[in-house]
Amino acid sequence: MEKKQSLSGVFMNGVITENPTFRLVLGTCPTIAVTTNAVNGIGMGLAATFVLVGSNLVISLLRNFIPDKVRIPAFVVVICTFVTMVQMLLQAYVPVLYESLGLFIPLIVVNCIILARAEAFASKNAPLASVMDGLGMGLGFTAAITIIGCIRELFGSGSLFGLNIMGAGYQPMLILVLAPGGFIVFGLVLGIANIIMKRADAKKAAKEGAQA
Amino acid sequence: MGLHVSNAPFIYNRDTTRSLMADVILALLPTTLAGIFFFGLGALLHVLVGTASAMLAEYAYQKLTHKPVRIRDCSAALTGMLLALNMPVSAPLWVTLIGSAVAIVLVKELFGGIGDNFMNPALTARAILMASWPVAMTAYTQPVFSLGLQADAVSSATVLHGLSATPLQMFLGFIPGTIGEVSKAAILIGFLYLLLKGVITWHIPVIYVGSYALLALALGNNVLNGVLSGGLLFGAVFMATDYVTNPMTRGGQIIFAMGCGVLTCLIRNFSSYPEGVTFAILLMNIATPLIDKYVKGARVYGKGKK
Repeated sequence: MEKKQSLSGVFMNGVITENPTFRLVLGTCPTIAVTTNAVNGIGMGLAATFVLVGSNLVISLLRNFIPDKVRIPAFVVVICTFVTMVQMLLQAYVPVLYESLGLFIPLIVVNCIILARAEAFASKNAPLASVMDGLGMGLGFTAAITIIGCIRELFGSGSLFGLNIMGAGYQPMLILVLAPGGFIVFGLVLGIANIIMKRADAKKAAKEGAQA
Repeated sequence: MGLHVSNAPFIYNRDTTRSLMADVILALLPTTLAGIFFFGLGALLHVLVGTASAMLAEYAYQKLTHKPVRIRDCSAALTGMLLALNMPVSAPLWVTLIGSAVAIVLVKELFGGIGDNFMNPALTARAILMASWPVAMTAYTQPVFSLGLQADAVSSATVLHGLSATPLQMFLGFIPGTIGEVSKAAILIGFLYLLLKGVITWHIPVIYVGSYALLALALGNNVLNGVLSGGLLFGAVFMATDYVTNPMTRGGQIIFAMGCGVLTCLIRNFSSYPEGVTFAILLMNIATPLIDKYVKGARVYGKGKK
C-alpha cells in the first residue's frame, strides 16, 4: 500500500518530521566523528546529500529490475559508485576538506541513512519522489550536523567557520572538540530538538482539535 | 481519604538527605581550613565560588524545568565544595564556576537529579575540566602561607611527578597539590568524624587504600609516597563513598573499593597521567550497576525468589 505524498511533503519529511539525525538517529558515527567544526559538518552533509540523491535516483529507476534476494549488495554497489565520485570530486576541487574529512568520505558507503532510504523509500517509489526524499534527508542531515559542528567549534576552538569570533582572550573548552564532547553535544542537541518538536506537535494537535 | 502507597524502604530513620550532606560538609571543613592555611584566601574564594555556583545552577535548572527546588537539601552545596577542593588554587575562578554548573546540570540533573546520577558529579566535572583546560588544572603551586589573594605562587611538580618530600611534610600538607588533597591529617579528621557519625563505614576508604598499597608494593613503588601524595586519601574518603554511585551491598562495596585501588595503581604506573584517582573512581562508578546485579544479596530490601 503506497501512500501518495506530495513532493514537498516528502522533502519536508526528510528535513523535519523524520530528520535522520534527530528523529531516526541514523548516521551517528559521522555525526560525532566529523563535527569538530562547522565546515567539516557542512562538507560531510553535502557529500552525503549528493550520494543520497544519486543513489536514490538510480535505485528507484532500477527498482523493478533488482531481484529481491540480492537487493542489498545491488544497493551497496550503486552507493559505492556515488561515494567514489564524491571522493574524487572533493579530492580534485576541495583538497583541504578532503584532507580533514579523510577516512570518513569512503565511510559514507556504510552511512546507514543512505542504505535505509534506499531500502525504505527508493526501492518502493517513483524516481522524482525518491530524489526529493534524498534531498530532504540529505539536507536534514546537513543542517543537523552543521548545527552540532557550529556549537563544538564555537566553544571548543572559539571560532565559527574558521573565523575567530571569541577573541584572543577566550580559552576554548577543549573537550568539545574531543570525542567525549561529540557525544555530549550530540546528546544535548538531540534532547533540545526533541523538546522543540514535541512542543510543535502539541501545538499542531491543539490547532487541529480546535478546527474539528 | 486518600490511600497513600509508598515505595520501600519502610524503615524509619531520622537521617535526612540534608543532615547527611551537612555532616559531610562539616567533615570537609578541616580540609578546607588546611587548604586556606596552605594556599591563602584564594582557596577560600574557590570554595565559595564552587558552592555558590553549584547551588545557583541547581536552583536555575529546577526552576526552568518546573521541578521542586531542592537546594535546601545541601547536596548541590556539597558537590560544589568537593569540586572546589579538587582544584589547584592557581586555576582561574571561572573554571571552578563552569565545573560546578557542569557537575549539577550535565551530570546530576539531566540524569534525573539527586540519587539518579550514575557518576559522581564533582569528579566527572573535574575530569571534564581536566580535558578542557589541562594547563590550568595541573598548574600546582607550592604552599604559600600567606593570606593574600594573589600570592606569589610558585608552580611546581607534585610528588607524583617526582618532587621529593618527607612523609611528615606530605602528611601535614606542606606539598603542592589541589586545595583539598594536600593535608592528609585534615582528611583523616574528616574521616573519623564521618565514621563516628555513622555517615560512612570504614570499608570503602580502607579497602581502597589497602588494595592500592598492596599492588603498589607488588609493583615495587614507594608505597608511603603513593598513599600520602596525590588525591588518593581525599578520593577514598570523600569521593568513593558517595552513596549514589557505589554498590548497595557490603560485598559489592568491597569489590568496588578493590577495583578503585587496583585501577588507581595501574593508571599511576602505566598511563601518561601521573594521577589516577579520578578516572579509577569514575570507572568503578560506571561498573556499579553491574556489581549490584551480580553480587549475591543485592536485594537489600526483602528476599526474592531463587
